[in-house]
Amino acid sequence: MNLAVQIGTMRMPNPVTVASGTFGYGVEYSRLIDLNQLGAVTVKGIRLNPVRGNPTPRTAEVASGMLNAIGLQGPGVDGFIKKYWPFLRELKVPTIINIWGTTVEEYAEVARRFDALGGVGALELNVSCPNIKEGGAQFGTDVKLLAQVVAACRKATSLPLITKMSPNVPNIAPFARAAEESGSDALAVTNSFPAMAIDIRTRRPKLANITGGLTGPAIKPIAVKLVWEAAKAVKIPIIGMGGIQTAADAIEFMMAGAAAVAVGTANFYEPQTPLYVVAGIREYMEQQKFTEVGQITGSIKFS
Amino acid sequence: MTTAAAPALREQTVSIVANDRDTDQYYRLEVRAPEIAPLVQPGQFAHVRILPLKEALLRRPFSIFQVTTDTFSILYKNVGRGTDVLSRMRSGEELSVIAPLGHGFTVPAPGAEVPLLVAGGYGMAAMYLLAQRSPQKGIVFVGGRRRVDILCEKEFAALGWEVRATTEDGSHGEKGLVTHPLIAELKRGAAGKKLFACGPTPMLKAVAKLAADFNLPAELSMDEHMCCGTGVCLTCVIPIKTADGWEYQRTCTEGPVFDREQILWEVPQ
Repeated sequence: MNLAVQIGTMRMPNPVTVASGTFGYGVEYSRLIDLNQLGAVTVKGIRLNPVRGNPTPRTAEVASGMLNAIGLQGPGVDGFIKKYWPFLRELKVPTIINIWGTTVEEYAEVARRFDALGGVGALELNVSCPNIKEGGAQFGTDVKLLAQVVAACRKATSLPLITKMSPNVPNIAPFARAAEESGSDALAVTNSFPAMAIDIRTRRPKLANITGGLTGPAIKPIAVKLVWEAAKAVKIPIIGMGGIQTAADAIEFMMAGAAAVAVGTANFYEPQTPLYVVAGIREYMEQQKFTEVGQITGSIKFS
Repeated sequence: MTTAAAPALREQTVSIVANDRDTDQYYRLEVRAPEIAPLVQPGQFAHVRILPLKEALLRRPFSIFQVTTDTFSILYKNVGRGTDVLSRMRSGEELSVIAPLGHGFTVPAPGAEVPLLVAGGYGMAAMYLLAQRSPQKGIVFVGGRRRVDILCEKEFAALGWEVRATTEDGSHGEKGLVTHPLIAELKRGAAGKKLFACGPTPMLKAVAKLAADFNLPAELSMDEHMCCGTGVCLTCVIPIKTADGWEYQRTCTEGPVFDREQILWEVPQ
């Protein structure tokens, strides 16, 4: 039985990674799970310089999910390489580094730095963070800017590029095609949904940032639809994500067209979830007598 | 953060040994967790997934109160949906816990400073292990709104500690704030003392100020809304001074206990 998935030149030993921002830099959860059982480790978003992040409260629990507005707190490229890369480079599975910037040039510069580092599995272009005023979502919701960012990074690196798509567009297809045509090797579908919650006792928003991104099982059906629409629009592989808690959830994304999946919010309450998902996919393939995990991808039937 | 220094912790499904009402809305929960109990340091916490809570997915953090060789307990207040469902769980039912978590209190060395503990409400629970493991006995100052908010006085007294209680309505102990008897004690003689505190943020801030006024060391257990509890999500951050300014650090990992000198009480604009 073959569970391996190919994303450009990156080989994932199985189709299950983690969503950026829900898994720190890998080392934190290495105390609770064996990272080498994952398909890949995806780290929290990095820009060129350190980022302090948003004021608190930064998250709020809502029915079947949560809101977050962390503000991409992070150590910057140099801090990441110094603090976290020595651990990550020793893993047997690839590392996907999520990168972002406030200008097209910054995205390209960060891509160049990680290209020069050597040993990186892939770069995920975060063009869809809803919680950053400059950068992030502005690139993911303007098809021309999206194409520019992807093309600039394509010039800057030979590493596989995964474009993390914003859900906040009227139709994902032209954005998916723009990323593909500009040189993206894969798409990550999707990011969190802009949302808010109010404490009725204090009449204040539950997040200091007022609005944040909704994640967790609450968004899963919307994310599955986005994967299905993106998969119809492009030939490159899609990493599906949005509220995955179980192997059944992951298989649903794959049937809609995802070649791989990422577990996100579930890591926060059950850090073993990605491993349960891998085990469940294997079990499903046995039941279905599948030999290749790709047999699940796009296997949705309409009659 | 280095991988080599990462402290031991476990994720386990544990069964409830007891879950009994203490006073008013306060409950004591004991769970069987033989692999976790020996690892617990004073001031650390457990991150609990209340399995019957269906749509509220996140874990809830609770300070660890007492440990035996194969169990640990927490003391909690029923304040919302999570703790309400928890309060109705019975012995034999299961919870998922990740523990022990966080950087706790420094247990005083033999013959070193005399600990003065300051607790607000159920902050008292987070200080029990410190009192139990400190080679020097000290005084614990505990404050609450009413008599029912003063918890585990007997347990501290049984350790040979002096307990000075205050209530805002005067229904138990001295009437007023917990800082009043503390100030009186410090005025009698502050040398050789160290303050340890756990409670509401305004109380912690007042304790930090007193420690600064009397030039004493102080360790404060900080309370900030938490999500993953394991250092990943960056929800529970507070502003901490650094060599070249300040940065947000995690109360779940670098904390919850910080030295008073580290803490910036307001985020600089």
